[in-house]
Amino acid sequence: MSEAVEEKLKNYRTAPFDARFPNTNQTRNCFQNYLDFHRCNKALSGKDQDTAPCQWYQRVYKSLCPMSWVQKWDDQLEAGNFPGKI
Amino acid sequence: MAQYTQLGLQDAASPLMEELLHFHDHALMIITLISAFVLYIILTMVTAKTTDKYILDSQEVEIIWTVLPAIILVLIALPSLRILYLLDEINDPHLTIKAMGHQWYWSYEYTDYEDLGFDSYMVPTQDLTPGQFRLLEADHRMVIPVESPIRVLVSAEDVLHSWAVPSLGVKMDAVPGRLNQVAFVASRPGVFFGQCSEICGANHSFMPIVVEAVPLEHFENWSSLMLEDA
Repeated sequence: MSEAVEEKLKNYRTAPFDARFPNTNQTRNCFQNYLDFHRCNKALSGKDQDTAPCQWYQRVYKSLCPMSWVQKWDDQLEAGNFPGKI
Repeated sequence: MAQYTQLGLQDAASPLMEELLHFHDHALMIITLISAFVLYIILTMVTAKTTDKYILDSQEVEIIWTVLPAIILVLIALPSLRILYLLDEINDPHLTIKAMGHQWYWSYEYTDYEDLGFDSYMVPTQDLTPGQFRLLEADHRMVIPVESPIRVLVSAEDVLHSWAVPSLGVKMDAVPGRLNQVAFVASRPGVFFGQCSEICGANHSFMPIVVEAVPLEHFENWSSLMLEDA
């Protein structure tokens, strides 16, 4: 994992300001990071690379997303009917 | 907390609320003075024994009572717009907390590091201890570190609710399926109360919000204790 990513993960406090989602409605911010985590895992493990950089997305979605939403999406992924494209 | 005969807003506990409070008092003073002045003029005119024959050509007073209100309006608009833009400043929070509205209680989730979640129910009136506030106290408070920028993400699990804490200058609707962000800084330690601000059924008036701002070390001790209890 690159040094920059390691630094960012080590100094993680909470999800930082994301300019893609500057407004009050942060629903998409949460969902996008959840998607990005799983897509990152799929892409990196598909190429047999270390999936540690994906932890950034995981930490962000854990900070932002309600636990019940994450639980529901995890259950859907397991059951194979998650609505997003991974 | 709110008090029965209070005239103004609750004491501010955040910098933004201080600004809002001062602006409110500034605008209220202006309109009080104008109303008193207008009332005085009306009373004078109504009780006067003489009638004014001269109702035309009063160029000077026409200018005064056009320009002066325009100046007063500018003196109200400028601070108002300043605060409006201040509210939209980009924040750099140190902590994210989720406040989820349920029928009829709030639940708080602190998931930046570990998964800490707990419910916050109102303390029923018969269970209050002396000194506690009726319909405002909760069994578990949302504890935050003082002087740290906090991001609260508000949502709901069933119907519409609204998460409000007047002394922090915060109110945000809790909409199922939506995550609404609000940010603030508690400038002083203390306990701050609010009530659900969107009608949500039978016990809408009985799901209060209690925020407790404490020094950082106390916050860290509290969160360790809460994680152990969970």
